[in-house]
Amino acid sequence: MNTPPLIKPLKRFTRRSCIHLAAIFATSLLTPAIAGAEVNTTGLAVTDKDVTVGILHSVTGTMAISETGSVQAEKLAIKQINEMGGVLGRQIKYIQEDGASDWPTFAEKSKKLLVNDKVAAVFGCWTSASRKAVLPVFEQYNGMLYYPTFYEGLEQSPNVIYTGQEATQQIIAGIDWVVKEKGAKKFFLLGSDYIWPRTSNKIARKHIEKLGLKVVGEEYYPLGHTQFNSVINKIKLKKPDVIYAIVVGGSNVAFYKQLKAAGIDMTKEKPVLLTISVTEDEIRGIGGENIDGAYAAMKYFQSLPNDNNKAFVKAFKEMWGDDIVIGDVTQAAYLGPWLWKAAVEKAGSFDIDKIRAASPGIELTTAPEGYVRIHENHHLWSKTRVGLAGKDGQYKVVYETKELMEPDPFPKGYQ
Amino acid sequence: MSMQNIRAFMPRQDLIAFLVLAVVIFIAMPLAMDIFRLNLVGKYLTYAFVAVGLVLCWGYGGILSLGQGVFFGLGGYCMAMFLKLESSTPEATAIQSTPGIPDFMDWNQITEIPWFWEPFHSLPLALIAVLIVPTIFAYIIGVAMFKRRVGGVYFAIITQAVASILTILIIGQQGYTGGVNGITDLRTLLGWDIRSDSAKYVLYFVNGILLFACLLFAQYVRKSKLGRILLAMREREDRVRFTGYDVSNFKIFVFCLGAAFSAIGGAMFTLQVGFMSPSFVGIVPSIEMVIFCAVGGRMSIIGAVYGTLVVNWAKTSFSESFPELWLFAMGALFIGVVMAFPSGLAGLYRNHVGPFIEKSYKRLRLSYENYRKPDNLVTSD
Repeated sequence: MNTPPLIKPLKRFTRRSCIHLAAIFATSLLTPAIAGAEVNTTGLAVTDKDVTVGILHSVTGTMAISETGSVQAEKLAIKQINEMGGVLGRQIKYIQEDGASDWPTFAEKSKKLLVNDKVAAVFGCWTSASRKAVLPVFEQYNGMLYYPTFYEGLEQSPNVIYTGQEATQQIIAGIDWVVKEKGAKKFFLLGSDYIWPRTSNKIARKHIEKLGLKVVGEEYYPLGHTQFNSVINKIKLKKPDVIYAIVVGGSNVAFYKQLKAAGIDMTKEKPVLLTISVTEDEIRGIGGENIDGAYAAMKYFQSLPNDNNKAFVKAFKEMWGDDIVIGDVTQAAYLGPWLWKAAVEKAGSFDIDKIRAASPGIELTTAPEGYVRIHENHHLWSKTRVGLAGKDGQYKVVYETKELMEPDPFPKGYQ
Repeated sequence: MSMQNIRAFMPRQDLIAFLVLAVVIFIAMPLAMDIFRLNLVGKYLTYAFVAVGLVLCWGYGGILSLGQGVFFGLGGYCMAMFLKLESSTPEATAIQSTPGIPDFMDWNQITEIPWFWEPFHSLPLALIAVLIVPTIFAYIIGVAMFKRRVGGVYFAIITQAVASILTILIIGQQGYTGGVNGITDLRTLLGWDIRSDSAKYVLYFVNGILLFACLLFAQYVRKSKLGRILLAMREREDRVRFTGYDVSNFKIFVFCLGAAFSAIGGAMFTLQVGFMSPSFVGIVPSIEMVIFCAVGGRMSIIGAVYGTLVVNWAKTSFSESFPELWLFAMGALFIGVVMAFPSGLAGLYRNHVGPFIEKSYKRLRLSYENYRKPDNLVTSD
């Protein structure tokens, strides 16, 4: 179910917070003050020395390859925060649970984290399906989830902070760029068959048609599909200027290899390949030589030249080894604990309702991607970049939007 | 039913097993666990419906179906469709371009509820569909396969294919089915909040009672003439056919029965977990369900319930303690069980625990009788 607009929960929040304040006042009169009670009025796992959070990703199953980076980033952020003195003077402890690439397991584990372990926040989930599975749990037990993946939008929960980009942020900037720089007129849309690629391509199609340009084909294949020859033939026949590819997970390996084998040399840019689903993590599987010359539109690349990012990449490699690569989602996952820390400190409390109220407007100047800020709608203002994939498996940043892109999970005119 | 009939239906040993299970499910578990854990047990027990069905199909009938997830899923989806329609009121979905339809339909540019969703506005029709849809589907598969005398490995492969096809269908038609995400965010049943703790208690007990109803029915099948025909069919199908029985009809019946059990489990799963997704329909969950049955012992309906509980409990606790290693532990458990106890927990009980208890019981009785003997002699004097 779609969550109601944020205004409603916020209104409810003010009323609830009044009750909370009254309750605090009443208890402070009746019982001797308990240390730490004022920063935690709802029985979360917070002591005077530490605070417990949850990490909920798949470390087994088909999604493990993608989600491991997020787990590593979150652990790194937690370690760094602890070294700086923790949150409100408390060290962060974490409980890690495995979602096992299985959506019901995600729901079960999230319930365990919130009900049994009373964690103060959860960093986790990756696929939309897992988020949809845990969402009712977070709303029912009033938890706070920091969700790192770029995703399709159409959602705005008072119990989730979306640290990745929603679809319009990624898509519109990328298409504008390819139209302006490469003079593209005909597009071929391609994707794995589930909600994110379909919604993204819907937005892409609307935007392309608004610009007065043409979509010459749109195709979907099931997750895990490995036979792309027929669609490659179609592409050859329709001669688009841009292949807009949102192929996900393991299918990418087959897709790019078959594209190369069919004689489509992406470095010649005829057609240009633009993707929003291949990060440095996926290139490790695909192989740099198979994707050389493709473009990707997202908010973060490991090669971003700013100082924040250099420090981040260095710290990441120190903790997890030199041969590691860092993709868009990994960086977004790294933001989670930092944004939570900032919200807790602004609110002066671990209470979920207070964090929710404090979150909009929080800025992070130390983010590896540069500057980010939380929007009223719980998504992040962020820049979008276009990167050119090279043989070494890294992207070279060729374009960056001047302004921060406004997150708009319910884009008018694109639905 | 005369006393003799009851004895035939439920020999003393079976009666004890039923009573022990009832104590475990209805008394021990609810007392020992908080609602979170109890809800998990409730979820596991929904798989037990499938495992019990498999005991009849596979253990007795010799029909190995690797696609029971299909029926579990169909039952679950029928329930989920009703709950989803109930929670998709125009007020709750005001943010959508078309309020009043399920959210995933709106995301897929569908503007009105498709015809096959319409019956699910009504709870009675939805409940009937939970039972009827999977059973009819099983009947069609059964007629198509068994009438042509397709069996054994071929049948297993075909059921796998069916599971695979249905998964692809559900994922592909996401505008009508919710796709990979499934049907999520189910909240109320006729206005009753199924997510509250009290509702979870109630659902747990309803689930337990339904499971016992299925178990009793399965026991009836086992002990009836039908059960013996099934066994005979499993051993020598052609001989049963030559004696004049229409083998395929018995197979179809037991396959449909297994499907109906699974569907009840699926519907209870949806109610207790709050969503349904294609990840219960496919090949992997279907095979897992066969494993529950194998671990429990494929000839024992009660064993199947314990097998389901043990495997799932192990799954949950391993994965909580060793998030990165637990799958290996699960693998080791399966290999261990299959190698050491080929007839599962029930076999373990029958060959080791049972005789031990029996022996102690006899010894106890003997010593009791010995103790009484002099007494008797005295009084008889």
